[in-house]
Amino acid sequence: MRRFDLHRLWAIVMKEFIQMRRDRVTFGMMIGIPLMQLTLFGFAINSDPKHLPTALRLADNGPFERTLVAEMQNSTYFDVVRVTDSEAEVHRLLQLGEVQFVVNIPVDFTRRVLRGERPSVLVEADATDPAATGPAISAVQALAFKAIDRDLTGPLARLRGAPGPVNFVVHAHYNPENITQYNIVPGLMGVVLTMTMVVITALAITRERERGTMENLLSTPLRPSEVIVGKIIPYIAVGYIQVSLILLAAKGLFGVPMVGSVGLIYATGLLFIAANLAVGITFSTLAKNQLQAVQMAFFFFLPSLLLSGFMFPFRGMPGWAQVLGSCLPLTHFLRIVRGVLLKGNGALDVLPEVWPIALFVAVAMTVAVKRYRQTLD
Amino acid sequence: MSAGGEHAIDVRGVTKRFGSKTVVNGIDLQVRPGEIYGFLGPNGSGKTTFIRMLCGLLTPDGGSGTCLGHDILREQKRIKLQVGYMTQKFSFYEDLSIRENLDFIARVYDIADRASAVEASLEGLGLRDRSGQLAGELSGGWKQRLALAACLIHRPRLLLLDEPTAGVDPKARRSFWDEIHRLSAQGITVLVTTHYMDEAERCHRIACLAYGNMLVKGTVQEVIDSAGLTTWSVGGPGLAGLADRLRTSPGVEQVVAFGNTLHVSGHDAGVLEATLRRACGPALSLANIRPGLEDVFIGMMDNARDNYS
Ligand SMILES: Nc1ncnc2c1ncn2[C@@H]1O[C@H](COP(=O)(O)OP(=O)(O)O)[C@@H](O)[C@H]1O
Ligand SMILES: [Mg+2]
Repeated sequence: MRRFDLHRLWAIVMKEFIQMRRDRVTFGMMIGIPLMQLTLFGFAINSDPKHLPTALRLADNGPFERTLVAEMQNSTYFDVVRVTDSEAEVHRLLQLGEVQFVVNIPVDFTRRVLRGERPSVLVEADATDPAATGPAISAVQALAFKAIDRDLTGPLARLRGAPGPVNFVVHAHYNPENITQYNIVPGLMGVVLTMTMVVITALAITRERERGTMENLLSTPLRPSEVIVGKIIPYIAVGYIQVSLILLAAKGLFGVPMVGSVGLIYATGLLFIAANLAVGITFSTLAKNQLQAVQMAFFFFLPSLLLSGFMFPFRGMPGWAQVLGSCLPLTHFLRIVRGVLLKGNGALDVLPEVWPIALFVAVAMTVAVKRYRQTLD
Repeated sequence: MSAGGEHAIDVRGVTKRFGSKTVVNGIDLQVRPGEIYGFLGPNGSGKTTFIRMLCGLLTPDGGSGTCLGHDILREQKRIKLQVGYMTQKFSFYEDLSIRENLDFIARVYDIADRASAVEASLEGLGLRDRSGQLAGELSGGWKQRLALAACLIHRPRLLLLDEPTAGVDPKARRSFWDEIHRLSAQGITVLVTTHYMDEAERCHRIACLAYGNMLVKGTVQEVIDSAGLTTWSVGGPGLAGLADRLRTSPGVEQVVAFGNTLHVSGHDAGVLEATLRRACGPALSLANIRPGLEDVFIGMMDNARDNYS
């Protein structure tokens, strides 16, 4: 009586593969969910928000002001919908959401530029949609420097270059956090995997129980570990398909920079996928029926979404929420993916985020194997 | 290993409780190798629960014994390797084809020459032409054949069949039982539950359960004799009205219409005969007949209800 038998394990793996192939709806969802999420989030992560309605409050009427206004009107980022000198009016527009930006050009702007005083231009932004405002704010700065620099010719050329002729003061209203677009697509990888992998395995054993096939499985010499590992392996393949889809879309559709090693993403992804599958299997051994299993999966997904740093910046959360968040594999995987893709982190850099996931897998698998009942009692 | 050589199943006092309800109550059972042993009992009498305890799917709350020489409490893993258990409800994968199901089971039991074992199994049960068909699309009779084929693929020494012929047509039932007898002749022990009296009569020995209690065991003839039932056959006109009158008469316990005759049974032969002589005029024919297993079984269940429920 061998304890863990590879033939028996392989029996389960093959069976699960065939069943997965036959279950077109579920398989379609596994592929469809990442595509749908990418499309939906595609609006928020559009790296080039265009035609943002903008109001200008002009108090100077000098040549530099005119240069700046012309440059903004030419840019595709901004649609100048209102030019006025009334402070009350621009604030009302901002509040009503009719404009996303107000650019305030102060009195004596031109003269103070010429004097090298670096006059302040106040950019007020409605940052309720930070993914849209973030890039536009940097755009307005770049655009102003470029426009004014060009006009600073001859003796004025000494005013060029850092720190620049104008001091931009950005005032982000309503949402001071600026989550950049590149955070989202890599983050989405972890979110999609959490969402689909947990549910699919949460159903795996409850389905056997509901259909009555569990009685048959239990009457065979199969061991709990063989059944559980056998049910996990096929879905690792599905998880890899999802990772690949998202990486392709990140690069092709959204132009997310990929500074680090994609291989490292796949390697750490294996662990993360296993973590989610193990959670699902654990739920599956606890749930009485498929509905309960789905509910449990949802209760795992929600805190993952909210506390991992995907929705809200992790450092902005209260201490207890950070502690909870640190227990979730998604939190660590998000850091890995962002670190690797955006900052070019290497294997050693991500190590501190890898071992918590590994620990999580070990605990979840142990619970699953322990909870897997070998009898119908 | 004490009784391993003599009995395929040798258990005593097997008990199972769910909560406060005793579902199997101190059952003793000895089944000889190669024997076909029938389990009769109404729904809920504990047949399935008892079988599950034999193959390690449920842990008994009391009792002890061996199955194929292995201790039922401690050696479930060894028992599982040598037992073929056909569940009451079809429990193979409906989204797998016949061949895939068989192949799965063959892999699970780590059978040496898997491919030829699967082929032989398809061949033997005449399932080869339909091997690519999904199990879920099969009719009841074919599902049952598949289940039996799958249970046999690892060459078990003991077959536990839980209501294997429920919902199967008579011809398929007959060929199923022919197969059971072939297997028995090869030395495979069979424990089978059923609600059909004709099937019970094809068993070497039977046991009757009610409310978790063993009422009687033995050959069909022994069971019938032990019941002490007397049965009369009544023929002639106006039987429907007579049946109603007889049901409330002294000594009459069962009145069953069989086509143009009534079978009237009771345990007290004298009172029964007197009642019948009084109730039946000269137009009716009366004959004392051998009670059927069904009459005995139903009589027993009526008594059991009074005793145990
Ligand atoms: N897992 C269980 N939990 C609680 N009660 C059960 C369970 N399994 C069976 N029972 C009860 O035990 C009794 C016997 O059931 P069962 O063994 O299936 O009878 P049979 O197979 O003879 O119809 C029934 O009353 C049933 O409701
Ligand atoms: Mg039953």
